[in-house]
Amino acid sequence: MQQLADSLLQTGFLQGVPTEAGYALVIAFFAFVLLNFIMLIAGVTSWLERRVWARIQSRVGPNRVGPQGVIQWLADGIKNIMKEDIVPAEADRPLFKAAPYLAMMGFFATFAVIPFGDGLVVADLNVGVLYITAVTALVVVGILMAGWASNNKWALLGGIRSAAQIISYEIPAGIAVITVVLFTGSLSMQTIIRAQGWAPWDWFLFANPFLCIASFIFFVSALAEGNRTPFDLPEAESELVAGAFTEYSGLRNLLFFLVEWGNLYVIGALYTTMFLGGWQIPPITEQPVIQGVLQFATFFAKSYFLVFVAMWIRGTLPRVRVDQLMTLCWKYLVPITFANLIGAMIWFVLFPNGLAIMRFAMFALGVAVTIYFFSRILFHLRRARPRLRLNPIS
Amino acid sequence: MSTAGIEIGLERETPAGLETEEMTLNMGPQHPSTHGVLRFVVKADGEVMRRAIPDIGYLHRSIEKISEKVGYHGFMPYTDRVDYVSAMQCNQGWAMACEKLASIEVPRRGEYCRVIACELGRIASHLISVGTTGMDIGAFTPFTHALRERERINNLLEELCGARLTFNYMRIGGCAWDIPPGFVKRASEFVEQFEPLIDEYNELISFNKIYVERLANVAIVPAEMAIAWNLVGPNLRGSGVKYDVRKDVPYSVYPELEFDVPVGTGERGTLGDSYDRYMVRMNEMKESCRILRQALGGIPEGPVIAKVPRTFKPPPGEVYVRVEASRGDMGWFVVSDGTAFPARTHIRTGSFSAMAIIEELSKGLMIADLVAVIASLDIVAPEVDR
Repeated sequence: MQQLADSLLQTGFLQGVPTEAGYALVIAFFAFVLLNFIMLIAGVTSWLERRVWARIQSRVGPNRVGPQGVIQWLADGIKNIMKEDIVPAEADRPLFKAAPYLAMMGFFATFAVIPFGDGLVVADLNVGVLYITAVTALVVVGILMAGWASNNKWALLGGIRSAAQIISYEIPAGIAVITVVLFTGSLSMQTIIRAQGWAPWDWFLFANPFLCIASFIFFVSALAEGNRTPFDLPEAESELVAGAFTEYSGLRNLLFFLVEWGNLYVIGALYTTMFLGGWQIPPITEQPVIQGVLQFATFFAKSYFLVFVAMWIRGTLPRVRVDQLMTLCWKYLVPITFANLIGAMIWFVLFPNGLAIMRFAMFALGVAVTIYFFSRILFHLRRARPRLRLNPIS
Repeated sequence: MSTAGIEIGLERETPAGLETEEMTLNMGPQHPSTHGVLRFVVKADGEVMRRAIPDIGYLHRSIEKISEKVGYHGFMPYTDRVDYVSAMQCNQGWAMACEKLASIEVPRRGEYCRVIACELGRIASHLISVGTTGMDIGAFTPFTHALRERERINNLLEELCGARLTFNYMRIGGCAWDIPPGFVKRASEFVEQFEPLIDEYNELISFNKIYVERLANVAIVPAEMAIAWNLVGPNLRGSGVKYDVRKDVPYSVYPELEFDVPVGTGERGTLGDSYDRYMVRMNEMKESCRILRQALGGIPEGPVIAKVPRTFKPPPGEVYVRVEASRGDMGWFVVSDGTAFPARTHIRTGSFSAMAIIEELSKGLMIADLVAVIASLDIVAPEVDR
């Protein structure tokens, strides 16, 4: 992005403007573009989630606004903006009002380093992964603040749960990330992607067993950090009303949901970056524009596949209890990730350049598991079809 | 300290050196998972409950008093509202009480119609129960899938009596309407298609690891405790006590029908835990299918309602009849003074006693468990207050 700003300044597009102000202008412009892009992503994800969830539950879901209800999120947004902004009388007003923006900030900042393509990244920080881990922790502050400021015991419980949960799950997630960093030697998102290839067997997911385990642990921890089912305790509808967001209404409530759905995409993007080869595409064209578009599409498709998996999990699994959540983290995930990290280190010492046969074996295993999985689904579908008619009126 | 008229004095053991303050949480009556309008005053130490005190009365409609003013025939629609999730059995309880008062014999076809309607109602009620258990634990899919099947039952019952929730199907001396043409075929079809679906629900949710972890070993009610606290129906059977009014105090044509009484086995945890109560309901739906199959196959010809005078004046006396409603032994106590209006009616319901035990069970559970316990005890607010 800096090159872009430089080139703009050099071409005289910003004639007569001081260099620093020029940079600021360019940054502000791109921040605005990115913000809208994020809104779009979060909105479409919300629509997608509701549709996917509805299909899993044999419902229809929103299908009225636009084709297949695809701009339902826009209608919801307008509705929420026009709603009354209620601040409870006993609430801590400044904190109550600031909380959604803080959560929003934490999530918005992650997009700065998400690489959508070879050159399509706002800032390729050399501490990219670490940066993401750091800024997503801001979301906790927002949620905790919301829980505290609402002056509602249910909200407070939700906020405390959220803080405990996210801080705990940062550890297995962080160590899973370190496992990846071990093999790339860099924290930069682009370097991590460039260390992988376009072919599935060149992905870190299949590189060796330790990275595969790390990938699963990362996904589970990321779900927990993103407050997704089965770890959606901070806003457990059936227990805590709406958790930390109980007292929020209108736009502020919407911002929290924006964070939730946007975070879902961030989870998918991070996983794609670290384990699924990111934007890597087969070398089919030299045309930079087409290449860029293809890279963007690849990255998008991969991350949305993971978003879909998260939705699928949400439609399938119940919620764990607080103590079970902590047990899972501290008694299982943390020891497993540490053992896994040590295993990965040994592997790295033994095969510093990777083991090709292992890659293919892991890939074959992955394919076999996928085939078995879908054959089971097919089996159940076939078994159920004669009985499950679409029309319930027999 | 007083909370809504309930005096609460709690002794609390404090760990040495660590002082925490107890928190009073108000759960309900508008809490999303309190199945209607229940209210609990929760004394919690962080996430751990010290005590959850049920506060009832938010859905009191004086149904018992109404019976004294509307007469015997006129009270039938009100009985639907006693437990609107399984209204058929309430209908039957009132009808049976009146029939016993006036010594009326119900035609056999009428009894079969009642059994068919009741068992369909039982499946519908249990579907809601298991669905909401899933929903309270955070899995929404089983709920919608359960309601999808319940919709078919509602369609069947709509054919039968024109209503989908508050049926008002039974009359003193029989049923209001005969089964419509083609009903037996459609109902049999439903039973055949529904029974394998129970296994599918089990695969979908009952054997799910998280689900089992959430329910097993939570809120254990040993058999003696269940009897002492007067639990009935699936809650009692979940504790391993084989008591079913249909078997032990037979009524209607149930003695002619073959079915088992599923009891809790402690298959995933301890006998009498929430999971057992849940599984009893699952298994009871299978038994209801068995009953339905026999009843639909063996339905005799004849009238569905006995001749009952329009002004129903039973001789003076008092009766107590029991029916096995979806939430257990439902008792109807009716006193007649020889006039066209009952002198006193009392309804004894399963949810009421289940509500009482929550205070005992809640000690030491997590707040998240409270909703699981409410769901596993299958408490329906209107039945608590009447």
